[in-house]
Amino acid sequence: MTERFYRSLYRIRRVEETIAEVYPTDKIKSPVHLSIGQEAVAVGVCEALRPKDVVFITYRSHAAYLAKGGDLRKMIAELYGKATGCAKGKGGSMHLIDAAHGVMGASAVVGTTIANAVGYAYAVKLRRRDQVVVSFFGDGGTDEGVFHESMNFAALKGLPIIFVCENNFYAIHTHQNRRQKLANICGRARAYGMPAERIEGNDVFRIHERVRDAVGALGAGASGPFFFECLTYRLKEHVGPNEDYHLGYRRREEAEPWIAGDPVRRLAAMLDGARRARIEDEVEAEIRDAFAFAEASPFPEAAELFTDVTET
Amino acid sequence: MERTLSYVEAIREATDQEMERDPAVVVFGLDVDDPKAIQGTTRGLVEKYGPERVFGTPLSEDAMTGVAVGMALAGLRPIHVHIRMDFLMLAMNQLVNVAAKSRYMYGGQVQVPIVVRSMIGKSWGQGAQHSQGLYSFFMHVPGLKVVAPATPYDAKGCLVHAIRDNDPVMYVEHRLLHFQKGPVPERLYSVPPGRARVTAAGKDATLVGISYMQVECLRAQRYLEDAGIAAEVIDPIWLSPLDTETIVESVRKTGHLCVVDNGWSTCGAGAEIVARVAEHFQGSRAIKVKRLGFAPVTCPPTPALEDLYYPNARTIASAVFDLVNGKGQSWQPEERRELQEIEFKGPF
Repeated sequence: MTERFYRSLYRIRRVEETIAEVYPTDKIKSPVHLSIGQEAVAVGVCEALRPKDVVFITYRSHAAYLAKGGDLRKMIAELYGKATGCAKGKGGSMHLIDAAHGVMGASAVVGTTIANAVGYAYAVKLRRRDQVVVSFFGDGGTDEGVFHESMNFAALKGLPIIFVCENNFYAIHTHQNRRQKLANICGRARAYGMPAERIEGNDVFRIHERVRDAVGALGAGASGPFFFECLTYRLKEHVGPNEDYHLGYRRREEAEPWIAGDPVRRLAAMLDGARRARIEDEVEAEIRDAFAFAEASPFPEAAELFTDVTET
Repeated sequence: MERTLSYVEAIREATDQEMERDPAVVVFGLDVDDPKAIQGTTRGLVEKYGPERVFGTPLSEDAMTGVAVGMALAGLRPIHVHIRMDFLMLAMNQLVNVAAKSRYMYGGQVQVPIVVRSMIGKSWGQGAQHSQGLYSFFMHVPGLKVVAPATPYDAKGCLVHAIRDNDPVMYVEHRLLHFQKGPVPERLYSVPPGRARVTAAGKDATLVGISYMQVECLRAQRYLEDAGIAAEVIDPIWLSPLDTETIVESVRKTGHLCVVDNGWSTCGAGAEIVARVAEHFQGSRAIKVKRLGFAPVTCPPTPALEDLYYPNARTIASAVFDLVNGKGQSWQPEERRELQEIEFKGPF
């Protein structure tokens, strides 16, 4: 398990670090919202899911896309705007999708996919399918009206959905305590009638265990939803490849405990050196391949402008 | 013998038959399962198909629209019902940013086959927030289909098509049309986009009436007969995609186009229709055009002002008379009460 988790964590971290390196060359034709620092949430949650389960994600979701099994080559090609991208270059970094692997799409408008996930879960329940839906959103998403309406309906209907709030404390550059009178995101969920738990977000094992239990309970016929608030931290700027402590809206000292608790390093230390080196080599080769694939891929043909508008 | 149904019964029958045919069809919205059953359009469905496929919702237009999208992504064919079109303002994010765009922005990986039913109100003091015909908002957005059937026949056929369509369809009903009766076959049939319908033939002027304004246009056509003007009346039925060709062919013949919108004229459906016709002719045919629609104010509930707010058969006839004969010929027909009773005759 540690090996598997490490591979996933390391892969996501290195993919995003490579994106950050390439970004200044302007080869990537899409605004990127990096999740460096937040990877453990996506990995802990998605490792607890089965291939048939589905996730709805946000615009900061390279991590969840990859952790759930999304195709790395297609993701990088999408960032490059290439025809081989997961959305043929029509989605970009903020609208990743890989329906074949249960990644059902992201929205650039905060909170939007929460309701879509709930609707999917309604269909799962109506059709008596053995499937679980996960809705990822940020602490900013819990400010949106759609969050509250969706919680209410999901609880009312007892839907097989797990809400995962990635609380990184910031909506763009505004801290949670400047947006919410009470730091009670779990309380909000409980008010709608569902169990809610706050988890330290660098603890990939703990997240995995709790989500695995929830998936198991839903599979055994328990009524959903379940709610998890995972405390985490974004180490890069809101959008773009750099750090932004100079902006003054947060201090570097705030990040230091998160860097010290970095799960990528923590898990690396738990592995035997040779095995770890092998994982890293494999991942590095895969990343080189994915970027080479994106570079070599063609841009979409002009005719693509008018495909997929409606059914053709 | 031909069967006659009301518009309400036609909607109910289309929903019932499609739900029976396809277990993926679900119907929900505030009050769909209450005793009034959305003017009767959903009557009996919860008893027949159960509360999982037919259910009332919390007061939650935004999330429930997103729920409809999610259901569609999972393979269902949801019909989301709104008792007034005004409430769609609360659902614009999901409709415009998600439903309309998903097929495109996900590179064709998903489809969103949802139907959004909504009603336009009029009269009895419907007022500012119960009367708005906002379909032009949705015509603006690629990826959304918009239909505003005016007859019971089209109410059934367009709804059947909308349910089977693999993209989102905005289905716009007018409260006054609910009382209209007309021939409706019992069999399942669909009225897909692509063909507007000529509902009355004429050579002097083309009248395009949208949604309920189709009724007023047919009355206006009778008034105009008294003035010696033969108006051709066209029902576009589907507003997006729009059958421009049928309208262009009529205007080629008549040279006069009057579009009567069931909304405000500015940036409205009528503006779009007039622009398309003008673009087509580019001066190759001398044409005169006129847009009619709601007065450019907020709808007042008092009948004294409300009557002035909406176009009606006589104001339409008067405008067309001006269009054909030139300004200064001012003419307003005497009211003919028997025309208030005009109903749609078929078959279409």
